[in-house]
Amino acid sequence: MSFINYSSRELNCKIVYYGPGLCGKTTNLQYIYNKTNPQQKGKLISLATETERTLFFDFLPLALGDIKGFKVRFHLYTVPGQMFYAASRKLILKGVDGVVFVADSQVDRMDANIESLEDLKINLTEQGYELYSLPFTMQYNKRDIDDIAPVETLSEALNPTQVPEFSAVAPKGDGVFETLKDVCRQVIMELKKHY
Amino acid sequence: MNGSSDLVVYEEEFNKIDEELNNLYRQANAKVVFLVDKNGQLISSVGATHDLDTTSLASLTAGNIAATGSIAKILGEQEFTILFHEGEKDNLHISLVGERIILVVIFDQRTSIGLVRLRVKKTTENLEKIFDEMTRKAEQEKLESKLEDSPFAEISDDDIEKLFM
Repeated sequence: MSFINYSSRELNCKIVYYGPGLCGKTTNLQYIYNKTNPQQKGKLISLATETERTLFFDFLPLALGDIKGFKVRFHLYTVPGQMFYAASRKLILKGVDGVVFVADSQVDRMDANIESLEDLKINLTEQGYELYSLPFTMQYNKRDIDDIAPVETLSEALNPTQVPEFSAVAPKGDGVFETLKDVCRQVIMELKKHY
Repeated sequence: MNGSSDLVVYEEEFNKIDEELNNLYRQANAKVVFLVDKNGQLISSVGATHDLDTTSLASLTAGNIAATGSIAKILGEQEFTILFHEGEKDNLHISLVGERIILVVIFDQRTSIGLVRLRVKKTTENLEKIFDEMTRKAEQEKLESKLEDSPFAEISDDDIEKLFM
């Protein structure tokens, strides 16, 4: 649900990074935060446990620039990946405009990816959304680790409709901005259809 | 897009909202008054906001309301319509306006919780009317599909590319 303010000429959109525990959602946001000009970003807020596991959400507001005289702002959120935070995860999806699914490429995390993707679909349905009609981008993270599944295998298992997909190494930034840019593009194109 | 519809605020309604918030700010003797939608987008704020990170405040307030809303449902309540946080110096009064808007008042010892509650009640009634009108207007505009004067109709890939330069 975008927020369009004709008075202050602002356009605000919400993007949620989803995925299994420890797949690198927060790392994506941290990289974006570190590489963005101070004028373009707000504070990166992390509601995390003492061991730096996301407890409720991470939040990063980005002011990217202008489109047709409107200031465009993207609010990036992550969800807590661990299964037992299901109730919190649902809340973050409220009013989402675009979704990034961060998959963990490690072979032994395949089941966790599939489970998380199913969880995403169910939670979106509860909010009245359907995943594949939303702006949706897929990211295969941790491509620099040894025991990983080939991109084709991941794509086959997690991306049946072939939404745009990107390989990533989030701590180094590989694929991070490509993913963000793609989901932002899809969100704006969706707005164009409706307004 | 499915799910809840977009929130579109036009200048006329925005000015009315601002006026209501200013009235509340003065009458309740508050430090800051702001309005957030349930998805965490800041709609408007008045008062001593220069030192405040209002964007983060908006997002966290919405998270707070969402979490307590879920607690309410577990307890069999529809929603907790008022939240109050008491600090050493500053206090926070959070309340719901209709289905999707959150009104937040930050105040200190120069006023009282009683006065804040009283004024918030009146402001809430007025804001609900404005938001009802706004929703009606947005739906009507969509029906009449005034696409020709939409600023978004002409967006190109180039425009999006420029955002990331």
